[in-house]
Amino acid sequence: MTDNLDNTQNSTPTPESNGNGAGNPPVEPGKIQDHFDLFVNNEYQDLFADKRQYEGAHSHEKVAEVAEWTKSWEYREKNFERTSLTVNPAKACQPLGALFVASGFEGTLPYSHGSQGCVAYFRTHLTRNYKEPFQAVSSSMTEDAAVFGGLANMKLGLENAYELYKPKMIALCTTCMAEVIGDDLGAFVTTSKQEGHIPEELPVPFAHTPSFVGSHITGYDNMLKSILVNLTKDKKAETTNGKFNFNLGFDPYIGNIRELKRILGLFGIDYTILSDNSDTFDSPNTGEFKMYNGLTTLEDAADSINAEGSFFFQKYTTPKTQETITTAWGQKTYNFRPFGIKGTDEFLMNLSAITGKPIPQELQQERGRAVDALTDSQAWIHGKRIALYGDPDHVFNVTQFLLEMGAEPVHIVVTNSNTDFEAELREVLTNSPYGQDATIWGKKDLWHLRSLMFTEPVDLLIGNSYGKYLWRDTGTPLVRIGYPIFDRHHMHRYATLGYQGAINQFNWIINTILDELDRQTIVPAKTDISFDLIR
Amino acid sequence: MTTVEDRKDLIDEVLEAYPEKGKKRRSKHLGVKEAEASDCGVKSNKKSVPGVMTTRGCAYAGAKGVVWGPVKDMIHISHGPVGCGYYSWSGRRNYYVGTTGVDTFGTMQFTSDFQERDIVFGGDKKLAKIIDELEELFPLSQGTTIESECPVGLIGDDIEAVARAKAKETGKPVVPVRCEGFRGVSQSLGHHIANDTVRDWVLPKADEYRKLPEGFEPGPYDVNIVGDYNIGGDAWPSRKLMESMGLRVISQFSGDGSFNEVVMAPLAKLNLIHCYRSMNYICRFMEEKYGIGWLEYNFFGPTQIANSMRKIAAQFDETIQAKAEEAIAANQARMDSIIAKYRPRLEGKTVMMMVGGLRPRHIIPAFKDLGMKVIGTGYEFGHADDYKRTADYVEEGTLIYDDVSGFEFEEFAKKLNPDLIAAGIKEKYVFQKMALPFRQMHSWDYSGPYHGYEGFEVFARDMDLAINNPTWSLIKTPWEAA
Repeated sequence: MTDNLDNTQNSTPTPESNGNGAGNPPVEPGKIQDHFDLFVNNEYQDLFADKRQYEGAHSHEKVAEVAEWTKSWEYREKNFERTSLTVNPAKACQPLGALFVASGFEGTLPYSHGSQGCVAYFRTHLTRNYKEPFQAVSSSMTEDAAVFGGLANMKLGLENAYELYKPKMIALCTTCMAEVIGDDLGAFVTTSKQEGHIPEELPVPFAHTPSFVGSHITGYDNMLKSILVNLTKDKKAETTNGKFNFNLGFDPYIGNIRELKRILGLFGIDYTILSDNSDTFDSPNTGEFKMYNGLTTLEDAADSINAEGSFFFQKYTTPKTQETITTAWGQKTYNFRPFGIKGTDEFLMNLSAITGKPIPQELQQERGRAVDALTDSQAWIHGKRIALYGDPDHVFNVTQFLLEMGAEPVHIVVTNSNTDFEAELREVLTNSPYGQDATIWGKKDLWHLRSLMFTEPVDLLIGNSYGKYLWRDTGTPLVRIGYPIFDRHHMHRYATLGYQGAINQFNWIINTILDELDRQTIVPAKTDISFDLIR
Repeated sequence: MTTVEDRKDLIDEVLEAYPEKGKKRRSKHLGVKEAEASDCGVKSNKKSVPGVMTTRGCAYAGAKGVVWGPVKDMIHISHGPVGCGYYSWSGRRNYYVGTTGVDTFGTMQFTSDFQERDIVFGGDKKLAKIIDELEELFPLSQGTTIESECPVGLIGDDIEAVARAKAKETGKPVVPVRCEGFRGVSQSLGHHIANDTVRDWVLPKADEYRKLPEGFEPGPYDVNIVGDYNIGGDAWPSRKLMESMGLRVISQFSGDGSFNEVVMAPLAKLNLIHCYRSMNYICRFMEEKYGIGWLEYNFFGPTQIANSMRKIAAQFDETIQAKAEEAIAANQARMDSIIAKYRPRLEGKTVMMMVGGLRPRHIIPAFKDLGMKVIGTGYEFGHADDYKRTADYVEEGTLIYDDVSGFEFEEFAKKLNPDLIAAGIKEKYVFQKMALPFRQMHSWDYSGPYHGYEGFEVFARDMDLAINNPTWSLIKTPWEAA
């Protein structure tokens, strides 16, 4: 139906959609056809062809020629020469992360100070990934605020938000607009309280989160730090509370929070999850809408300053928060990556050593089952060349897991990269026989990745839903792991953490490979020689 | 009238939750359709109340996401920091035919990804460099638009100067769109700004840019489809219908649109506009400047499709009128059978809507065709003229809410307990948690098309599957229900 990039290997031919108008049936009367099948009908194919004359389009030959050129090494070089243009970046902006982390606290209303369009985007984006309501408000600043500043908007905004939505805490972040005009959040909140727009005792932590600094993971860090600093003020006690804090970072899998809680329950460890938004993004349908579903109570968050220690699972998402807990609170902090087998092993052993509690027998059983699963299927992934992209920590975990299974990461694209992360990941790659062909492409985007995948093809692509365009163009099958996943349902309910999470991720990867094999061998009398029942 | 009074009481009751100032401001935006009233009695197109959960977007969303974005063979740069382009990336499902990344660019995200230094030193040089790089990597693009984000306007960049210089250099249009998010009160101003850039930056040079199809002679039946964004393919059944009545569509502006179609537009005899809100501006301009008339049509549901086709045909001669009647008649049996199938399942069901653009009024007759009744409706970003037009569509006692806040919408729904709510993604799951059937009316819930005859079939099916979804009966546990 369209000029495509000759990626026929991943399109399944069916009588209804053979990709060419000529052989298509006319519209069948009495059958409802929606966009999936309607537009491949002859009459629409003719309409497209007829419309083309008005489009001033380039000839099909020219388009094919340029399409071919975009796959070349020459194009790749030009593509990598660009210094100013960004195309299809794999990063979002700060407030998304700030809202995300704020939503994990009890009764908390995320509030974005600036123009209102941003918050509409954040809410939409999170809602589309989780298929859950996401509630957040904004100051709705317009031109007059650009001239006079946003104080008036904030006073009114805090007052309305407090009255209408009765939050226990309002977590305030900024958008670009408020940052560029230099609004002073601290002073604004103080004024709002002094003037009685909101009660003096209402916690209103705030974070500066402009889109032109960092990415969504930076916003996550800024807001988490601010919330913890605000709530723990004057709460430092003489002795510890015997609990441990856990933070998962910008982790889209709410299944991970639940899995972690299960593991900690097996250990018998008393804990606080710093930002538990597992119910925010997966609340039960009871016929009643509940505005707030954040599970970390403000009391527990306030008491987190008295914990025995804090565990962070994402090193590059939460550096400032961790720094604060280590230095200002004088608390021990730990970085672990409980993903894959070795990552989980290391976490459990250290958790046991730190807490003095033995590793539960049940987890050992689970480990055995996960290793068994990996062993059963490893042959299908051994030596497979992989391209992957995403946030630093997330990419780190997937890379480590791939190496552990004998897969070979080749192109690793991280748009919101930094040098520490690259150095750490490079070391891991260098130390593995399977990591020798890998290149970390820091600060690069998915249009760079397209060139890489055409010039140095891989067997599999791992990343979020935006990768589907690379799948289409290059024919490389895509395993959806990461954020956002808009076009597959319920992925976020699963865990990727721990031994159970390893099995889940492995399942997605291995079965994508097997699906692809079926697709490649499905044409009767042509490729179906190895269309095997048993694999 | 009891309903009118009841509804007014309901509004008062819901407003009680607001602080004084908020209540005063919001009360002007909530109303009830009264008999004989020529509008819906609500104020609109005013600033949203801070701190209240509005569903509105911004001028950038209106310009890039709605009007310019669907022009498929141009590159639309989200100029400024990374977020705006990222969140609007592939979000609207305006379908197109083409080779993405080669001669079409609809599902890609181009951004200047501003960093702090760009804010401090300005981004004009970077913008110029970006356009050079685009030329290098995407030589088949037919031009560029620059959608400026909040910081660009605040730091005073001169994107117009860059656009002028680069257009001269590349020989292709470069259109600066000053659609910073803080401008205006919603995405609506972004539509207006985008229309104005067509007026100021494109149409004056239309003759120069235009590539005429081989043997093209302007004809008496040449029309443009304006303001159909081709969500789920909407514009295509519409185009097919226009063509079936003997008209020649020379431009789709802007769903599945191309730059050449934009510059073809002045050659047409009539502008046929679907989304009045987003593109009336350019229609008015073309009327004034080129003497091209314009007509608003509604292709939702067989009743309005037939009305609209007759209204359009009346602008032309008897040949067209006869053909329009033929096309209507040819589809009658199909429509009868779809209504026969779905009406019994939907008869008497009540609906509350809240959408943007044209939909809060235009879809009402399609519901009616299925025996359903809209009891509440309102716009995210409508203006007074939208509410005036809505008066013709709604019955007395219909609740009208402009820029309804999340709180108000939820309270109204709790009290009126409709059988279906039709709004956007941000509302969808709120109401589903309340066990209220829901359909997204921005994106057709990833279904569609909904325009034209084929579209109505999909629409009817979708309303049935939402309302008669068996999982609604599972929400209450059997032990609680007993």
